[in-house]
Amino acid sequence: MISIQHLYKNYAEPAKTGRGKAGRAAGIDGSYAASVSGEPVLVAAAAAGATSEAVSAVADIAPAANGAFALNDICLDIADGDRFGIIGMSGAGKSTLVRTINLLERPTSGRIIVDGRDITDLSGSALRSYRRRVAMIFQNFGLLAQKTVLDNVCFPYVAASGKVTAENRAHALELLDRVGLAQKASSYPSQLSGGQQQRVAIARALACEPEVILCDEATSALDPKSTNTILKLLRDINEETGVTLVIITHSMDVVEKICNNVAVLDAGRVVEQGPVASVFEAPRAEATRVLLGKVDWDA
Amino acid sequence: MLSEFLAEYSGLLVQGTLDTLVMVFASTAIAYVIGTALGVVLHLTVRDGLHPAPLLNAVLGWVVNIGRSLPFIILLIALMPATAALVGTSTGVRGVIPPLVVATAPFVARMVEQSLAEVSRDAVEAAEACGASVPRIVFSALLPEALPSIVRGIAVTLIAVLGYTAIAGAVGAGGLGDIAIRYGYYRYENEVMIATVVLLVILVQLIQSACGWIARRVDHR
Repeated sequence: MISIQHLYKNYAEPAKTGRGKAGRAAGIDGSYAASVSGEPVLVAAAAAGATSEAVSAVADIAPAANGAFALNDICLDIADGDRFGIIGMSGAGKSTLVRTINLLERPTSGRIIVDGRDITDLSGSALRSYRRRVAMIFQNFGLLAQKTVLDNVCFPYVAASGKVTAENRAHALELLDRVGLAQKASSYPSQLSGGQQQRVAIARALACEPEVILCDEATSALDPKSTNTILKLLRDINEETGVTLVIITHSMDVVEKICNNVAVLDAGRVVEQGPVASVFEAPRAEATRVLLGKVDWDA
Repeated sequence: MLSEFLAEYSGLLVQGTLDTLVMVFASTAIAYVIGTALGVVLHLTVRDGLHPAPLLNAVLGWVVNIGRSLPFIILLIALMPATAALVGTSTGVRGVIPPLVVATAPFVARMVEQSLAEVSRDAVEAAEACGASVPRIVFSALLPEALPSIVRGIAVTLIAVLGYTAIAGAVGAGGLGDIAIRYGYYRYENEVMIATVVLLVILVQLIQSACGWIARRVDHR
C-alpha cells in the first residue's frame, strides 16, 4: 500500500539534490508561510469555509511560489497488487509524482507512506534498500549501452552487493526467458528494437524482486504493436506475482488496456480519480474529457 | 645522401623518439590517475549531480582552471624547485615528467568530466533507481558507459602532451622537440628539423589511429 499524503513539490527546488529539508521543515510547521506573507492566506482559507486541516495544508505552502507547484496537494492511495494509472498532459506533473515515490525527486512537503512506513525522509543505505523494493522502468529504457543484455539484467545485483553470483546469473536468464529474450542475452541494447529494450528493462526491474514497479511513460516511445506486447507483459507479471504497478502515461488507451484504477493529473493537481470504468464512463473533470478526446478538437 | 644522413643522425633520432614516448606516456598515465579522480568529483558535485557539493565543486573548478591558465613554459620554470625536490633533477626526461603531469591533469579532469556528462542520464537514473550507491554508480555504470569517449579523449591528451614535450625541449628535457631546437633551430640543420617533424607527424597519426581503433572496439552503442 502506497499512501501519498498532501504531497507538494515546488518548481524552484533543484531536482534530486536531496537537500530540500529546510523547505520541508518549514512547510510542516507553517513558519515559512508565515514569514512570506503572514496572515492573509489563513484568513482567506478560513473565510472560504475550509476545514481546519485544509487550512493548515493551505497555510503550509500557499505563499511559497504563488500557487505555482509542480505537484499541488496530491493525495493518493495505491493498493497492493493494483494496476494504478496516473494520466495527464505533458507538464501535468505525473513524472514528477512517480519520481517522488522512489525519491528520485524529493517532495517539498507532504508524506509518502509505504506499507505503513514513512519513506519521505529516507537517505543513505535505508533509501537504497527501499529503492530495491521499488523498481522503475523508463520511457527511454535507461539501459547501459556498454553492457550486454544479461549484464543489464544483473545490474540490480551489482547495485545491491557489488557482485553477481552464478545463481544471480541463472535467475537473470530465467527473467530474460520470461520476457522472451533469452536468446538475446549476449547482445547489446543497441542491437535490439525499442520494444525489446523495454522488455530487458522489465527483466531488470524484476531482478530486484520488487513489490512495486513504477512505469514512467514506459510505452510512449514504442509503436502500437510493441506497446501491446509491453502492456500484456506488465499485466501478466502483475497477475502472476502480485507486484503493484504504477503506470504513468498520457494515453487513455494504455489506461484502458491495463489499469484498474486511475488518477487524472492536471497542472499538478489530482482532478479526478477512481476505477477506470467509472472515470471513463462519466468523466467529471475537463482535463479527463480532453484526454478522452471528448472535446471538439478544432474549438 | 639519405644513408649518410641516417648514419649520422639515426641514433640521435631513435633516442629522441624514445625519450619523447617515455615523457608522453608516463606523464599522461600519471595525469589520468589524478585527472580521472578530479573529473569524477567535478561531475558528481555539480548542483544537480549525484552528490551535490557546490562549494567543493567551485573550489576544484578554480584549481583546475588555474592549472589550465598557466602557459606550459611558465609552469615548467615555476615548478623547477619542486621538481628537483621531488625527482632529484629539473632537467632531462625525469625532470620534465612532474611539470607535464601538473599541466596535463587539469586538462584530463575537464576531458573526463565532459565524457561523463555525455552518459545517458536515463541510464544513470536507472542505476540510481536500482538502489546503487554513488561509488557503485561511478564504477559500474558511469565510467564503463563513458569509456569510449574517455579513450577518444586520451588521444587528444596524448597529442597535446606531445606538443608540451617539444616545449620542454627548450629547457633540456630531451626528446624530439629538444633535437629540433638544438639541431634545427640553433644549428640550421634543416634535414634534422624535417626528420623530427616527420617523426612527430607519424607519432600523432599512430596515436590517433590506435586510440580510434580501441574506442571503436570498446564501444557497443
